[in-house]
Amino acid sequence: MKLHEYQSKTIFSKYGIPIPKGRVAATAQEAKQVAEELGGRVVIKAQVLVGGRGKAGGVKLAKDADEAEQLATQILGMEIKGLPVRKVLVDEASAIDQEIYFSITDDRAARKPVMIASAAGGVDIEEVAATDPDKIIKVHIDPLLGLREYQARDVAVAIDLPRDYWKDFIKVAMGLWEVYKNTDASLAEINPLVITKDKQMVALDGKMMIDDNALFRHPDLAEMRDTDEDAPAEIEARKYGLSFIKLDGDIGCMVNGAGLAMTSMDVIKLFGGEPANFLDVGGGADSKKVAAAMRIILTDPRVKAVLFNIFGGITRCDEVARGILTAMDEVKPKVPMVVRLVGTNAEEGRRLLEKANMITAETLADAAKKSVEAAKKGK
Amino acid sequence: MSILVDKNTRLIVQGITGNEGLFHTTQMVAYGTSVVGGVTPGKGGEWVLEKIPVFDSVKTAKDATDANAAIIFVPARFAPDAMFEAADAGIPLIICITEGVAVQDMMRVRSYLDQKKVRLIGPNCPGLLTPGEAKVGIIPGDIAIPGNVGVVSRSGTLTYEVLYAMKNLGMGATTCVGIGGDPVNGTNFIDVLEMFEHDPKTEKVIMIGEIGGNEEEKAAEYIATKMTKPVASFIAGQTAPPGKRMGHAGAIIEGGAGTAADKIKALEAAGVKVAKHPEEIPTLL
Repeated sequence: MKLHEYQSKTIFSKYGIPIPKGRVAATAQEAKQVAEELGGRVVIKAQVLVGGRGKAGGVKLAKDADEAEQLATQILGMEIKGLPVRKVLVDEASAIDQEIYFSITDDRAARKPVMIASAAGGVDIEEVAATDPDKIIKVHIDPLLGLREYQARDVAVAIDLPRDYWKDFIKVAMGLWEVYKNTDASLAEINPLVITKDKQMVALDGKMMIDDNALFRHPDLAEMRDTDEDAPAEIEARKYGLSFIKLDGDIGCMVNGAGLAMTSMDVIKLFGGEPANFLDVGGGADSKKVAAAMRIILTDPRVKAVLFNIFGGITRCDEVARGILTAMDEVKPKVPMVVRLVGTNAEEGRRLLEKANMITAETLADAAKKSVEAAKKGK
Repeated sequence: MSILVDKNTRLIVQGITGNEGLFHTTQMVAYGTSVVGGVTPGKGGEWVLEKIPVFDSVKTAKDATDANAAIIFVPARFAPDAMFEAADAGIPLIICITEGVAVQDMMRVRSYLDQKKVRLIGPNCPGLLTPGEAKVGIIPGDIAIPGNVGVVSRSGTLTYEVLYAMKNLGMGATTCVGIGGDPVNGTNFIDVLEMFEHDPKTEKVIMIGEIGGNEEEKAAEYIATKMTKPVASFIAGQTAPPGKRMGHAGAIIEGGAGTAADKIKALEAAGVKVAKHPEEIPTLL
């Protein structure tokens, strides 16, 4: 789960990381009011969960409150990479002397958290990594020991930070470690961390991602979820505990197990078709879940055929078959359905579906071929 | 011969009185696995399936039964504690089936278990199956037969698909190892490939990977430099869009890395035959 800049920075501030004065606003009038309170020049920043908002015109400098209102009106009407801007952050403008990149994130390969810093801050860190990898410093953190101050100091030295700022930097680093650990973040990023002309170290921008699997211990963070970037069908699927991802093709897929679901998409493609979605009904899927899955697949008008691929283990094929029948009663689908049931209670499942006028298949390859043919006929 | 589990495995089940734990204990016992005890705090002294004693802690279970492996069927929020407890009780092999364990929990678990030199399989995995000897996990027992092929996979049902295709060709497995679909897990491809390379009964290996991370690439390097046995593979997720988690927490293309194309390229360069669809894999060996 991604957090907005204003949410991330509020969390940073709670852990002693200095952030600019400012507040989030949902209307231009509110933005004007915040600007009046702050006085002087302010920055208006679109709050959307995609990168590159600066280039898209979503970050603007205003010289006073009136201009802040004008610019906020503009930005609040924008869409950035397809996402509507619903909120803007109004921050006091900073006079910047130096920009640093600093983050703590999961290093999956090392199975440890890693602290990443660069003197080349303020730009896309992946670009720096590609063009100037020597400018990026990485230090791993022992997950049981946590970040130690000497490690933060080593990083300050490595990015050529003047001695006067070591203390401030260590405070920011230790604070960000506590943020990362206490919120179960998979990423806590400050880019840029700036030194202002009046020699203050401030987190000008912030970005956080929270591990979905840890949200059970962070109900406050779970409430911050912004579902704007998710397709409506994905939100609906989440309610039923289904793992669903919308794609661009015309063959709907319902499969049990994530690996097999991905594979079913791949095999459809292999035989010349295009999958409309990824959908894992999960282990032990019951008829209610199956019916919900089918409704979600069939709400997409582009779907010309549906492939059911169920390998029964914990999941019982007869239970899935009952779910398919229930859903067909309810949804009355008009597209052809190809079904393949193997494993636990498969025979009973196939028997139940005999009268349902479905195309049956023995192997995955066969099922994929038949669904590709069926989708082509439906065009 | 086989790897990790066999007739001598003495298994305890953590979470044995829960729905999943009880269902799969029944299946494992029916397969012939020696389940010597179970653990559910607060239910010590009870019995399961009339012959399996339940204990309050892993330590007391281990002391009473001399168990040498533990399988975990507890909910995700309790799974890290269950893994620490098993390691602390001196269990040398832990299999965690549970899906949804937080990444930072897994980093701490892995770090602790490494220090104790404990082998962890999973989490978020279907476990282990040594056909004809022991089933330690949730892989349906009847879809695989004994044989000379070692199978290792990040997936569950996709693995069943491959075992079933093997069986239909009369091809059997030494051991099937589900290492799980999480980004931070206990055992990776290289660990298992090394065990298969040293197992005299295993003559060939099937490796089933998927998008996300770089374990398949590292495995390719290991296969090219260290392995003498032939390896066939399949990589799931060729049509997966970038930046989306495909069901498994670890199945995600991040910053352009972890694609199926990269993994297939690395494996083919290492001399591994990569199948176009899962039913084709057994025919490549």
